[in-house]
Amino acid sequence: MTRQLLSGDEAVALAALDSGVALGTGYPGTPSTEILETFDRLGGRAQWAPNEKVALEVGIGAAFGNARTLVTMKHVGLNVAADPLFTAAYTGVSGALIVVTADDPGMSSSQNEQDNRRYAIAAGLPMVEPADSQEAYDFFFSAAEISERWHIPVLFRMTTRVCHAKSIVLSGDEAAPGAPVPTPAPQTNFAHDINSRVMIPANARPAHRRLRAKLAEIAAWAETCNLNRVEPGDGSGSLGLIANGVSYLHAAEATPGAAILKVGLANPLCVEKARTFVAGVKRAVVVEEGDPVMADALLAAGVPVEAKPEMYRFGELDVARVRRILAGDATPEQPPARGKPPELCPACPYHTVYGTIKKHDLIAAGDIGCYSLGVLPPYQAMDTCVAMGASIGVGLGLRHVLPDSEARRVVSIIGDSTFVHSGISGLVEMAYNPPKTGHVVIVLDNGTTAMTGQQEHPGTGRQLDHGPTTKLSIEGIASAIGIPSVTVVDAHVEPERFEQVLLERLAASELSVIIARRPCILAAADIRKWEQAAVEFRIATAEQAPVCEPSVEDQ
Amino acid sequence: MSAVTNVVLAGLGGQGVIKASDILADAALRAGLDVKKSEIHGMSQRGGSVTSDVRFGADVLSPMVPRGEADFLVILASSEVEVARPLLRAGGVLLSPDLIPEADLPNKRSLNVALLGALSCYIEIPVEVLLAAVKAALPERLHEVNERAFQLGRQSVAAQGTIS
Repeated sequence: MTRQLLSGDEAVALAALDSGVALGTGYPGTPSTEILETFDRLGGRAQWAPNEKVALEVGIGAAFGNARTLVTMKHVGLNVAADPLFTAAYTGVSGALIVVTADDPGMSSSQNEQDNRRYAIAAGLPMVEPADSQEAYDFFFSAAEISERWHIPVLFRMTTRVCHAKSIVLSGDEAAPGAPVPTPAPQTNFAHDINSRVMIPANARPAHRRLRAKLAEIAAWAETCNLNRVEPGDGSGSLGLIANGVSYLHAAEATPGAAILKVGLANPLCVEKARTFVAGVKRAVVVEEGDPVMADALLAAGVPVEAKPEMYRFGELDVARVRRILAGDATPEQPPARGKPPELCPACPYHTVYGTIKKHDLIAAGDIGCYSLGVLPPYQAMDTCVAMGASIGVGLGLRHVLPDSEARRVVSIIGDSTFVHSGISGLVEMAYNPPKTGHVVIVLDNGTTAMTGQQEHPGTGRQLDHGPTTKLSIEGIASAIGIPSVTVVDAHVEPERFEQVLLERLAASELSVIIARRPCILAAADIRKWEQAAVEFRIATAEQAPVCEPSVEDQ
Repeated sequence: MSAVTNVVLAGLGGQGVIKASDILADAALRAGLDVKKSEIHGMSQRGGSVTSDVRFGADVLSPMVPRGEADFLVILASSEVEVARPLLRAGGVLLSPDLIPEADLPNKRSLNVALLGALSCYIEIPVEVLLAAVKAALPERLHEVNERAFQLGRQSVAAQGTIS
């Protein structure tokens, strides 16, 4: 048996390895990023996809091929992947498909704090929810079992504190009570099953009924499964709490002696188990972060529980806030200590870009990444930031409706990884429906997915493990889409040229892409190292490749 | 919950706050204690304020130190002292960078380890276990400098004579 201090992300990666996951794929996003990085480091097969939708589709294919498959993303990534998710619920899977959604209550590094338990309900998928790293490890095996037993994708919901908090994980001792017992990974194979997997209406109608029948079975199983457990507390029965995820740990600490129904299967909810639990206590309170999902469901089912006051929908919970919830205290809270806000690194190549945008008082439709920090002082040079890739569409919308003099001030700013993620279709829209004043898209290409910790993407020409692969050319894509003016400039080294090009393109009623290219200062040394390794790799492979002799006919 | 020791480490991005909390948490693990550690990654890495919570003892539940319940506040940047002070409980110990004489610090980057040395005068984790965790977290070429920094932290506390 090993005893290690692991983050929840690391524990999921270890569980994926120990449970025979054949493929892990996803898109980087705080707080989920470290799962696939760790899975790779441990020897698993892990890869970054261009975005979450593609990652999930690759995962669905692998699971159709009978493999155990892991797909990871942050909560907003599931919005991108929602289209295949909802229909994969109908098709089901042959192997196991576990989709990690890492929610960010309190928005430590996100644009919203949506509660993805709603997705499990909306798509009709089981959702497993651990509270700490040990549960992240153990519950992963349960998620794989559910997926294989009912041939259904399983959502695995983590939150920032579960992903990033470190706690002790015991693993590798199958004899320990409650320890997961790995089963051999299934052989991958393909069997035709057109009725299940081709979702034309004639097949989808019975598939929806099959899904609901599976869910009914899982709901019955939820009432007795060990993912949900009752802790009797001091036995007085005066107070009972129903809690999930990390909220359970805050609740247990805030109320020693209270009975607790700890919910580890977020969907389907064990309503009857909760009804029995609530009947045995004088007062029952639901302690959950985010939306009142459990409270609403239990109240709708006629289980008399207290929901938290509305103010606790916002932000993370902690021990102090749980105490306030139990005291029914809805008075204003002390604001958290405000330290120094983050800022662009002093040597960041984007300072000159934002300096220029501020100087000319442009209207900047922005996007998601480190460069979102351009919105903070001293620049405050970003006017919108909504979703990954949205800068281009939002900029075009502004251009379409503003008077010409205003429209000419609009630029879209997007990072390289974000561009590949979902900016390309925005560029297609730009070429297809050009505003009459034209438009200018600035791609900030620092050669890495900087915000989440310098991950690779298709534009870097390297895979997750930094090994070489086909490199996507941003300027090539822009030209192929039909953008007439594509310029590459190092705005850090040539700020005057950047300013000149930008003003010139703004004045022209034409479509333009300006690529401001310079490596992220934090990643530059590593990028040089990986580039060198890639060059050596290409030379070595070229030497090994058979030389093509021209044939007689060619001569 | 009195059996749990609550430590909050605070500073600015790039100062080694997370490294110090990793070392402390690893030392608690090595000492056979239950331990949890939590901080916010992401935006905070870009030079902003960083705090990291480490809790150890017989049985740790929540990974976060409740506000006003930190037994120890270990601060790496003077600018963060007032920001973090509300986290400390009444009678808790504040270890600020002023405690370490800058001129004696073998390397500015080892302030985090010097403050762990200072903390070692107060907590139940044995000094040799903490030092082993320091070494496990750093490449060998940095061991000597950091051991000196660690001892400097211990001497600084002893010189203050605040330990009863």
